[in-house]
Amino acid sequence: MSETDPLHAILADDAPVNLEAEFESSNVKEVLDKLDRELIGLKPVKTRIREIAALLLVDRLRKQFALTSATPTLHMNFTGNPGTGKTTVAMRMAEILHRLGYVREGHLVSVTRDDLVGQYIGHTAPKTKEVIKKAMGGVLFIDEAYYLYKPENERDYGAESIEILLQVMENNRDDLVVILAGYKDRMDKFFHSNPGMRSRVAHHIDFPDYSADELLHIAKLMLAAQNYRFSPDAEKAFFNYISIRMTLEHFANARSVRNALDRARLRQANRLFANASKSLSKTDLMTLEAEDILASRVFVEGKLDMDGDEGSDIVAD
Amino acid sequence: MMTNPNGIVTQGQFSFLPALTDAQITAQLKYALKHGWAIGVEYTDDPHPRNTYWEMFGNPMFDLKDAAGILMEINNCRKTFPNHYIRVTAFSSLRGVESPTMSYIVNRPKKEPGFGLVRQEAEGRSMRYTIHSYATDKPEGERY
Ligand SMILES: Nc1ncnc2c1ncn2[C@@H]1O[C@H](COP(=O)(O)OP(=O)(O)O)[C@@H](O)[C@H]1O
Ligand SMILES: [Mg+2]
Repeated sequence: MSETDPLHAILADDAPVNLEAEFESSNVKEVLDKLDRELIGLKPVKTRIREIAALLLVDRLRKQFALTSATPTLHMNFTGNPGTGKTTVAMRMAEILHRLGYVREGHLVSVTRDDLVGQYIGHTAPKTKEVIKKAMGGVLFIDEAYYLYKPENERDYGAESIEILLQVMENNRDDLVVILAGYKDRMDKFFHSNPGMRSRVAHHIDFPDYSADELLHIAKLMLAAQNYRFSPDAEKAFFNYISIRMTLEHFANARSVRNALDRARLRQANRLFANASKSLSKTDLMTLEAEDILASRVFVEGKLDMDGDEGSDIVAD
Repeated sequence: MMTNPNGIVTQGQFSFLPALTDAQITAQLKYALKHGWAIGVEYTDDPHPRNTYWEMFGNPMFDLKDAAGILMEINNCRKTFPNHYIRVTAFSSLRGVESPTMSYIVNRPKKEPGFGLVRQEAEGRSMRYTIHSYATDKPEGERY
């Protein structure tokens, strides 16, 4: 994978190479453009990902001159609140690494503590190894990684899992890339108490919360992807909804937006059904009206809707 | 030995060829993964051809995307049982049962004493023949 392609001879010292051409031929541009298009906001994240892509491209060019350096460490740490796009960006990252030839298959295996840590002695190692084997050739995404480390219980099996992960992160760098994710403060604490982890993770990327404007933008993008749209009044109502929702508990950025839209679609269907005698146009079926939004308890009582899964979705997906 | 010119046990695929390198094993693993076959690593120190059930080294591996994880298990097995026979078996579930589609040896004892011919005199003047592995005269775990 990352070794020099035997078909390409080592270039002469004065041979020119073209970074632009290398960029085009790797097809990463396509993924980066898609990232720009499909993900609203996230400026600092997009910049960091471009930087990493540039580093890997240059690394590839250096290889053409047989300028060897150790395979760059690619393990990463994504921090941010729920629904800020960490899982989504990790999936894109896997694709970028695949196109640049740093992972062989480019799939993402997303796990949490329960997938890695066992219930009894001798259970953890096989469990962790099984997950690692599944992730090989791609990216292992460990959500809320700090749950692996429970300092209050010194016999916790999480430590065993960390131990195995550390080994693989060091010895199998050509086989898989590990991305850890979670809340910023808890990840910082996790790295503080696990220096082994800290020294193996090279890239720390912080995902900021979205502004109300960005969330509205995201909502419109999500609706368009499902062939829905807001009426002008509904758009205003949804902006107000977001502004209130952001101040309530369990707010999960883009995920809360997705859930709110799901409930609005339900109300739209009910509304259409209630007026079933009237014949419906394509526009009717596509359009969310203000009343579909304003019926939310967020407006009526300043409380969360209970018909959705707003309570349970704080657990990252 | 007349029936075993190389002095090695020949079972499964590729067993008349020189031992597969790790790169060659990886290529075979990729072939199996491409077909969606599950892969098991097994070991034994009883090489009799009718000994079909070898010990499993961990669980069979399902739904892997990449061969590196399987090669890692093969190497773990080699480290644990350096002087045993180790084979890799691929299973297809196409027919509703996991049926072996590939099977090849990836590790063998340094010295393979082979098999002796055993004659048993039966009724009348008839004679029964069987083969017997010299190695299995010793207890399990002490054979090679
Ligand atoms: N910037 C964005 N633009 C568009 N959709 C987004 C954006 N960020 C997140 N989403 C959507 O929000 C949902 C939750 O995102 P996710 O990546 O699971 O967040 P996290 O892993 O940080 O909790 C997903 O459906 C995702 O597509
Ligand atoms: Mg997530």
